[in-house]
Amino acid sequence: MAELKRWQELPPGGLVTPGDAAQTHTGDWRTAGRPVVQYEQCVNCLLCWLYCPDSAVILEGTTLAGIDYDFCKGCELCVEVCPVGALAMSGERS
Amino acid sequence: MSRLKTMVRNQNGVQPLRGGHALCQGCGIPMVVRTVLSTIKGPVVVVNATGCLEVATTRYPTTAWNVPWLHVAFENAAAVASGIDAAQVALRRRHALPADTEVAVVVFAGDGGTYDIGLQALSGALERGHRFLFVCYDNEAYMNTGVQRSGATPFAASTTTSPAGLESFGKAQQRKDMTAIAVAHHLPYVAQAASTYWDDVSRKVQRAAAADGPAFLNVLTDCPLGWGHEPRQAPHVIAAAVETCFWPLYEVVGGRYSLTYEPPEALPIERWLEGQKRFAHLLRPENAQLRAEIQAAVDREWASLRARCFADEKGA
Amino acid sequence: MITAAPQLLTGGEAVAHAFRQIEPDVVPVYPITPQTPIIQTFSSMVADGQAHTAIVNVESEHSAMSAAIGSALAGARTVTATSSQGLALMTEVVYIAASMRAPIVMAVGNRALSGPINIHCDHSDSMLVRDSGVIQLFAENAQEAYDLTVMAPRIAEHPGVLLPVLVCQDGFTITHAAEPVTLLRDEEVRDFVGPYAIPQPALDARHPATRGPFAMPDYYFEFRRAQAAALEAALDVVFDVAHRFELLSGRRTGPYEGYRLQGADRVLVALGSSAGTVKDVVDELRDEGEPVGLLELRSFRPFPGRDLARLVHGVRTVIVLDRADSPGGAPPLAADVSFALRDSGVHVTSHVYGLGGRDLHPEEVRAVFSGDAPQYLGVRGGDPCRV
Repeated sequence: MAELKRWQELPPGGLVTPGDAAQTHTGDWRTAGRPVVQYEQCVNCLLCWLYCPDSAVILEGTTLAGIDYDFCKGCELCVEVCPVGALAMSGERS
Repeated sequence: MSRLKTMVRNQNGVQPLRGGHALCQGCGIPMVVRTVLSTIKGPVVVVNATGCLEVATTRYPTTAWNVPWLHVAFENAAAVASGIDAAQVALRRRHALPADTEVAVVVFAGDGGTYDIGLQALSGALERGHRFLFVCYDNEAYMNTGVQRSGATPFAASTTTSPAGLESFGKAQQRKDMTAIAVAHHLPYVAQAASTYWDDVSRKVQRAAAADGPAFLNVLTDCPLGWGHEPRQAPHVIAAAVETCFWPLYEVVGGRYSLTYEPPEALPIERWLEGQKRFAHLLRPENAQLRAEIQAAVDREWASLRARCFADEKGA
Repeated sequence: MITAAPQLLTGGEAVAHAFRQIEPDVVPVYPITPQTPIIQTFSSMVADGQAHTAIVNVESEHSAMSAAIGSALAGARTVTATSSQGLALMTEVVYIAASMRAPIVMAVGNRALSGPINIHCDHSDSMLVRDSGVIQLFAENAQEAYDLTVMAPRIAEHPGVLLPVLVCQDGFTITHAAEPVTLLRDEEVRDFVGPYAIPQPALDARHPATRGPFAMPDYYFEFRRAQAAALEAALDVVFDVAHRFELLSGRRTGPYEGYRLQGADRVLVALGSSAGTVKDVVDELRDEGEPVGLLELRSFRPFPGRDLARLVHGVRTVIVLDRADSPGGAPPLAADVSFALRDSGVHVTSHVYGLGGRDLHPEEVRAVFSGDAPQYLGVRGGDPCRV
């Protein structure tokens, strides 16, 4: 966690700009594995991207490029909505 | 190009709401936010009422928002939006803003900040005709503070302040018809939608954003924690709401009603009740009468809505 | 500097003229007595094209301040007005406006808080937002109400301040009573207030920012400390703006005014129109050889505590007149004055007067100076309690 700011360092009103926002890696919320993509089955329907509560589906243009495990909380919605079964839950790599 | 691909392109490489927030695993709200904000082309400013979405995404010094975003208090999001709208009108009039760009003003509020404590400010803003889109993510209770009942909580649902118990069957009152309340303000656009019927949500957002005045969108949104279901069951739970006609999908354009989705077959209300722990008590044999009451109310309202929609369609 | 001829204007009308000349972008407002002449007069001016302002007739005062925050942070100069119950209703949002550093100017027609419901003057409404972090300036008369309103945007919008400024005038006594008021010329006011600018307005979508965060115990205190620092810095800004205003108008309407303090052994401290009554009594008593004076405060927040001890140096007794009470504790102005003079050796006494519009009579002020007055001035039934 970043060092806590002193009161003199707060912008007036505590305005936060996206560039200076600290990042919390919510990936450590996962307890039951992580979703894994089978790219050869993926049809780029983008439903997983739409449903993911944590914006953890990474796209390159409109093509699925991966899952951001720093933020994925393991809710399994992507697995549930994938129409071609290209996503499945798997154990965490140690 | 598919609608989803268009939505991705509309983001211009910057997602309006990023990961790293503290919303629950499987929360239904971000999908609604993503559908709304990536359907709207062009710049937006978001006003967020106090609630899950606001609290979980803006713990100082972090923010999950990549768009201009304000939170002021619980009940006044529509009033804050009114001020922003008035500012935009005034600044444009004295040529202090780029002439060709309009910043869309979008409010996100939960059912508490819409139906209950937010009702006055919302009604005033709607009456004054400000140009803004008010999106209620309706998960039918005060979820952020621990699942307390709200004016949106359905009849007989169990919440922490209307718990089902030995001498109580849950919430004793019917929920408000907030969409109808909005319609009563003579708005250019009002619609009722459901989070996982995302294509319908997106089309409604498009029409709402084009409205010359206030637009109100009431979006049923699941809460795995408060409703008592596995997060990945969300599409099925929301589908049950729509397919049982508990939560019809319709729009009211300049006062004219039309359905945007008609279930091929109206499923029995048990399908809506059975997937959620907040309704589990209603499935007990001794509560058959309550289920019948709920079914009768849904049937009545569905019939009335259908009749209204067909009358308005005929009268076109 | 050309001095225009004074016009006969009520305090409400004078402030409406100030609004007209400032020409704010947005005025979200809800009616309440005795502020209504301000918004009615201003609305007529706008309807006649004398000012191009978007007036938003909101559905409650809570929404007036909420819309004002939205507008001010979106990038538009924003002004509103209220009194009493309206200020009470919007109190939650006033605190937030201060913490979000929204430079809103608000005219307050000071009126008693219910209950009972009363439409006449006292300062209880201002005292309700005493701790909110807003700046509060009190006018003695209609001229000062005008002057302070013209000064207010430059105080509010100063980059080291960025806080709401409340310009307070006594309800009915000032808002509804006509006095000679000298207005500046329109272009003088326009040049004095200058253009509106805040950091990263919310309508600038190229520079998105998050405003109004959630803060845990690890940050909330730092936010509040920063706000306190802004209020402390604001006192010098009030002095500076008053000085610049004096150069423009010839009138000095600063954070306080000492009246015949020289050689005084008793000094009365007061806010608002009663200071005018006290000045008359001070003149009479001085003619009788009594060494008395008045310290009229205009800036209640920030409170000029750092200057107080110096101003009343050599004085034996400072008598504070509060037009508000804090039942069960010390009246608000008396509390601030006592705290500021805690190491000075000056004796401080306190009276409460004028609640609910009860007039303050010169005889009562005389009795106060002679140490012969009850704690609650002019209340039927006498007053066995003495402070």
